[in-house]
Amino acid sequence: MDNVIDLEKQFQEKIDRDQSIEARDWMPDDYRKHLVRQISQHAHSEIIGMQPEGNWLSRAPGLRAKLILLAKIQDEAGHGLYLYSAAETLGVSREEMLDALRTGKAKYSSIFNYPTLTWADMGAVGWLVDGAAIVNQVALQRTSYGPYARAMVRICKEESFHQRQGYEIMAHLAKGTTEQKEMAQDALNRWWWPSIMMFGPHDADSPNTGNAVKWKIKRESNDTLRQRFIDKTIHQADIIGLTIPDKDLKWDETTKHYKYGEINWEEFNNVVKGNGPCNKQRLEQYNKAFEEGAWVREAAEAYAVKKAKKQQQEIAA
Amino acid sequence: MSTKDTQFQVWEVFIQTKPGLPYKHAGNVHASDKEMALQNARDLYTRRNEGTSIWVVPSNAIVASNPNDSEMLFDPANDKVYRHPTFYIMPEGSKHI
Repeated sequence: MDNVIDLEKQFQEKIDRDQSIEARDWMPDDYRKHLVRQISQHAHSEIIGMQPEGNWLSRAPGLRAKLILLAKIQDEAGHGLYLYSAAETLGVSREEMLDALRTGKAKYSSIFNYPTLTWADMGAVGWLVDGAAIVNQVALQRTSYGPYARAMVRICKEESFHQRQGYEIMAHLAKGTTEQKEMAQDALNRWWWPSIMMFGPHDADSPNTGNAVKWKIKRESNDTLRQRFIDKTIHQADIIGLTIPDKDLKWDETTKHYKYGEINWEEFNNVVKGNGPCNKQRLEQYNKAFEEGAWVREAAEAYAVKKAKKQQQEIAA
Repeated sequence: MSTKDTQFQVWEVFIQTKPGLPYKHAGNVHASDKEMALQNARDLYTRRNEGTSIWVVPSNAIVASNPNDSEMLFDPANDKVYRHPTFYIMPEGSKHI
């Protein structure tokens, strides 16, 4: 037992010195478990996140918009793969993670359980959802687990294009006809609250954060990150003449931050539990794609086996 | 419904950003053979001109040192300051090569 206590002490000292933890380093079981859960959920979110955007791919207004949306969706797939790779370094297999997603055992960000009803939603998703993701992910670039931090650096570099393309769509619509401006405002109205819920429960109601903070997996609190996102986004909304749907929003001269209204946590919990507008549809779509792709994976494997055999025969001959 | 799932073998990806520079580890990909590994690495890690050349290596072919051995492996270099040019005293006024 002495030994484990020693190892834990050394581990914590390393964390306290801001030294990153690498795959083969000793780590407490709970640290490993926490990371596997967090990183795989993060990966699943990127993968499921392709669906609400894919919904508009064939109806994008113009070739430029379509090309950009396609590139963005491809990036989401890439981000999912970077993250699965990072999680795999902790000893969990890709098969296990995908199985957990497929069977509904694993969670992903609830934001992707909302529908994308109009083209303006492509703007709102990029601007707000990716904007919130960036704020969260910038903080995670300094997370204590090396492979996760490195995946985050790569993702952040790519993500800022996503946020800008969304903001551009919103700005464009806001300058357009009355209907277009209304469409943009409607998308903002629907996406604002779910976006600020993305940061999770208030610090006071967030029981999980103790160890995550001690282990420096989490470098900044939910409320700190949420506040940062709100402060920045309000300014961007002002510039394009859209209104944040929160009547309690008020600049606080003493804190130098915006005060915001009450978040509807009942809705949040409900969507987390699986009762959001699209939970069922997202999972069904994922399973459909998985099943329809099965023959491709089987064929690729059979081909690899055949080729390896042929190569062996050539060597023998 | 097919329950059997395979996500293939894991390959480590190394990318050279410009000719003349060393190859750097970028991450990994899953692939059934080396051609697919190279293709996947290209699609995943060079979407924004990150590289001009790629290596892929089966992960299980890589031998890594154990973090517990790092003292034994790397500490002996600590007391060999004479391996650094700064250890030597140059005569006053002499110029660097």
